[in-house]
Amino acid sequence: MSFVFYLIAALSVAGALAAVLLKNTVHCALALTVAFAGLALMFLELDAQFAGFAQILIYIGAVAILVVFAILLTRGSETPKDGVYSGKPLVGLAVAAGVFAVLGWAVLHSTAALPGAGGTPAAKPQVTVMDIGNALMGRYVLPLEIVALLLTAALIGAVIVAMHEKEGAR
Amino acid sequence: MNPLTGYLLVAALLFAIGLAGALTRRNAILVLIGIELMLNAANLNLIAFWRYGPHPEALTGMMFAIFSIAVAAAEAAVGLGLVIQIHRHTHTTDLDTMNRMKG
Repeated sequence: MSFVFYLIAALSVAGALAAVLLKNTVHCALALTVAFAGLALMFLELDAQFAGFAQILIYIGAVAILVVFAILLTRGSETPKDGVYSGKPLVGLAVAAGVFAVLGWAVLHSTAALPGAGGTPAAKPQVTVMDIGNALMGRYVLPLEIVALLLTAALIGAVIVAMHEKEGAR
Repeated sequence: MNPLTGYLLVAALLFAIGLAGALTRRNAILVLIGIELMLNAANLNLIAFWRYGPHPEALTGMMFAIFSIAVAAAEAAVGLGLVIQIHRHTHTTDLDTMNRMKG
């Protein structure tokens, strides 16, 4: 494990923790951006250039901006008087800690079954963006079309749901 | 340590953080942020298995991650649209006070 990996992992986890724990909602959205950037760096570290830049474009460029817009439109940046956590936060924390314990136990106890366990580091995959484009237009063209349909439907649906109703229509 | 193990542990930690956020926060937007973190942790798993798996040239994990990113973007758009509309109706995004589905 390289030093760069630990640095990026610390950045991502710190951003995620801040996004979940901070009181001001706008600060949470900005911390979420840091976590997304850390994950994009991790994709680049894993030689997945296309996924890394798609992560930067879609998550940092679109989703984070959308979250900030939603926060500002709902005046959600005001900290509520009776705390930011719901009724029984300890139950949620216990569930999350249990999930992490099970996942971590499963990962650490299955190292022999994971690929690359023999000590030989996996060769760097020789995959260009051209290969990805060929795969998207060849073998994966049907899922691509379905995702295009889904995105169109989601776009129209989001606009219709959030559209201002005319006065008197209520 | 096996490099794949490190990535899987980071993904598990991010998933747990996102789950804790989705389960404990009251603001609906913060719950959506937690869900986004969980989806990203799953993407990290897919990419890590693609990178260290036996056949990276088949691009299976990469395709899964790309489609998952697209679906997550659609989910965020619809979810935030719903939150804005609910805020317009009830003037709150506090999930503890949302206890009826009728407008």
